[in-house]
Amino acid sequence: MTSQTIHWYRYASPGNLYQLAGQLIPWFAVPASALFVVGLYLGLFVAPTDFQQGDAYRVLFVHVPAAWMGMVLYVVLAFYAAVGWVFNARGSSMMASSLAITGAMFTFLALVTGALWGRPTWGTWWIWDARTTSTLILLFLYLGFISLQSAIDDPRRADRAGAVLALVGVVNVPIIYFSVQWWNTLHQGATIRIAGETSMAGSMLVPLLIMIAACWLYSVAVVLARLRCLIRERESLMTRSVVIE
Amino acid sequence: MKPMSSAATLRWLVWREGTLAWRRRSDVLGTLFFFVMVVSLFPLSVGPERPLLRSIAPGVVWVAALLASMLSLNRLFAEDHADGTLEQMLLTPHPIYVIVLGKAIAQWLVSAVPLILMAPLLGVQFGLSVDAPFVLMASLTLGTPVVLLIGSIGAALTLGLRGAGTLTSLLVMPLYIPTLIFGAGSAQAVLVGSSPAANLRLLTAMLILTAIFAPWAAAAALRISLE
Amino acid sequence: MSWLTMPTMGGYGFYVWGSYVLTIAAMVGEVLFLLRRREALRDRQEHA
Repeated sequence: MTSQTIHWYRYASPGNLYQLAGQLIPWFAVPASALFVVGLYLGLFVAPTDFQQGDAYRVLFVHVPAAWMGMVLYVVLAFYAAVGWVFNARGSSMMASSLAITGAMFTFLALVTGALWGRPTWGTWWIWDARTTSTLILLFLYLGFISLQSAIDDPRRADRAGAVLALVGVVNVPIIYFSVQWWNTLHQGATIRIAGETSMAGSMLVPLLIMIAACWLYSVAVVLARLRCLIRERESLMTRSVVIE
Repeated sequence: MKPMSSAATLRWLVWREGTLAWRRRSDVLGTLFFFVMVVSLFPLSVGPERPLLRSIAPGVVWVAALLASMLSLNRLFAEDHADGTLEQMLLTPHPIYVIVLGKAIAQWLVSAVPLILMAPLLGVQFGLSVDAPFVLMASLTLGTPVVLLIGSIGAALTLGLRGAGTLTSLLVMPLYIPTLIFGAGSAQAVLVGSSPAANLRLLTAMLILTAIFAPWAAAAALRISLE
Repeated sequence: MSWLTMPTMGGYGFYVWGSYVLTIAAMVGEVLFLLRRREALRDRQEHA
């Protein structure tokens, strides 16, 4: 056994995972806060007003990171759930469960900020195009995962059932996206594209990237914090000795 | 006694489920009546103008078929689970994949085929003519097995849970969307004068993929639910 | 962008500020929920 193997399996124990998560959180929370401040400043103040959309385009600095995180977190959730199922690793399954609420929240924010962006720019609160419809379906997938896990009392059954659902979901997401695009072109959906499609000026791209990074770091911190709560709730016997607070 | 081959198991399962369903005819007919009634609600809610009804007919029939199929999902596993038969079935040496597939086929024959036969009549009620009702029927023939197979995964995951019926529906409805799009889309294509071939081909592809992978996922879910 | 034009955002104030306030509120809310969950756990497990 190499030292790397030992290192990895050590954190399969929830007690060690709890400690690791606790150590990691500040390393993500502090940079996240800093990047948020910088990103908000640049996005709201410094970035120039858009020629076509006026200042309404600034919504994109929260909309795009939210949409991005919603999608990424679902894939990460499916990954952790699968690992937890295949390797029978409780810690991995608990990571998946911790990711769900944050992912759902970001997806919901993406939908709402998208509507707030759409109203002044496209003239309508909601549009049934491929991307918005797929984001809505993603929210349903998240809610399904959360509902299923909360309906099952036995934690291990909840973990594994969630893994099956998440895997089926993640495999279906490309199929769903393709079918919605198909449906959209058939019914001559709007050809309006958001500013993200055109090449972006550096002064707009930089705040956007900073906000995406900030949301990503925030997500890691929040998910690890939720993981710690979940470990404490589920493995109370094990962590009692580890919890120093 | 020689153990049964998978094909024989399949035949036996279909025969068994069919016989049981026949003895509970009212359950099965209930699905059909639900389908007819849901479809009938739409003219009452949107008005009887022919052009409007014709344009929404494929969508309405398809959504009603989806809802009716979802209702029948609890008959897949829950009843056998309640009296312990399901666990006995899983103890046999037959792969769970075959058991799931057998139950899905039986359920399709018993619940979905009446819907498929009824659909063109309802389509005509909505003003569909010439090819459209038959394309609708074809799309349902290809799509309802997909719906049942995907639904079997949901039914297996929620086995024995409180509120399983509603929860199953919530879980599987997002997964039904591609089937719905291609299914309703095929009849709609006929309405606008283009060919339904692409939609039907995509539906066929979905059916093949689902028939291969869904019973496997449902089998895994059954094992998880029954441990 | 000056301090004067900030609040109105060129007429789009409701949409831009609405989005940002909502986003920040959601994130802060999430953190607060987690803090509350941790407090509840501490109370429960200290008395055990």
